[in-house]
Amino acid sequence: MKPSNLIPEVLASFGRAGLGFFERLGRGVIFLLATLASLPSLLSRPRLLVQQLYSVGVLTILIILVAGLFVGMVLGLQGYNILVRFNSESSLGVMVGLSLVRELGPVMTALLFAGRAGSALTAEIGLMKATEQLSGMEMMAVNPYKRVFAPRLLAGFLALPLLAAIFSAVGVFGGYFVGVGLLGVDSGAYWSQMQSAVDIYDDMLAGVLKSVVFGFFATWIALYEGFDCIPTSEGVSRATTRGVVNASLVVLGLNFVLTALMIAGE
Amino acid sequence: MTTRAMEIWVGAFVAAGLASLFMLAMKVSNLSGLDTDAGYKLTASFENIGGLKVRSPITASGVRVGRVSDIHYDSTTYQAQVILQIDPQYNQFPTDTSASIFTAGLLGEQYIALTPGAEEASLKDGDRITITESAIVLERLIGQFLYSKAAGDN
Repeated sequence: MKPSNLIPEVLASFGRAGLGFFERLGRGVIFLLATLASLPSLLSRPRLLVQQLYSVGVLTILIILVAGLFVGMVLGLQGYNILVRFNSESSLGVMVGLSLVRELGPVMTALLFAGRAGSALTAEIGLMKATEQLSGMEMMAVNPYKRVFAPRLLAGFLALPLLAAIFSAVGVFGGYFVGVGLLGVDSGAYWSQMQSAVDIYDDMLAGVLKSVVFGFFATWIALYEGFDCIPTSEGVSRATTRGVVNASLVVLGLNFVLTALMIAGE
Repeated sequence: MTTRAMEIWVGAFVAAGLASLFMLAMKVSNLSGLDTDAGYKLTASFENIGGLKVRSPITASGVRVGRVSDIHYDSTTYQAQVILQIDPQYNQFPTDTSASIFTAGLLGEQYIALTPGAEEASLKDGDRITITESAIVLERLIGQFLYSKAAGDN
């Protein structure tokens, strides 16, 4: 390559990457709209939704339970060690409750969900595409949006808030177990200070709202990456990786935006 | 996995999720202590409310008897108007009851403490508490201390 061509080449590669990004984003939005448009058809076939709730929700419970318990326990341990310096270890409940309900519950659940359920969705749909099951369905006049994508999107959307609630609840008990059971914080102070600090609207509703938004985006990205993959085994593997990475980054970025909005709205 | 077992699992999952939400609402957040509009309202003016907020507790002898339902600034009297929502069962406060803003602990939240007076008549809905004591502002306290210290040295 001549040196005079180097700079235009670099610029062109940036342009290609930018156009590719917008192209995929545009296809993703069209995919999302088509899936949303076929959601009403689920009302006549709720069984499809129950199946997906099982594979997306029930199979994710175990990792949520274990992660929630340990995150709560670590919060109890770390929080106690910091708070005891200021002689205010009775505020441990406040720290554990607020950080779980507002931040860690929705975010950690969404990240685990992207890793556990999202990757499975991407791989499943990617394989369906690679083995031409999706085009086969279309050949048989079965709409894959109604049959495959809509139930999965709705299941992820419904499952994540429930999983986040389980995570937070288990985490609060994990913190209680370490703080009250092992380190000797007063049990009454743990619960009562938590109750006076955690607000039902500003904190709990905000957390639930966050997890609803995360559920929507994490499932959408997982489904779309599967739908958009190159139909080879390598393409499916790359799509799965990209799905998990993109979903995690979107969740973390959205978390900042939502937190800023909620704090500004108070 | 039979269809029935799957349905049972999904049902258990949804039930566990809803139970967790319920538990968080009742046990972790302040829903159980959330007041309805029951009770009666009193008004009190303060020179300075410090860090008092809407929903801050109101106590009498340390027992919570209500919550602050509204705070606004009155630009005619140049004072903060605080609306106190008192629970209906505590309707025996004398008319010369005084209200003071205190802090729970060194760094805790601020609350209003009611100290009953000696009058026969009780406060009713819409009445005004005339005897009030403002929040202690730490900077002002330190300023006064330094000032009196300097005055004492001369």
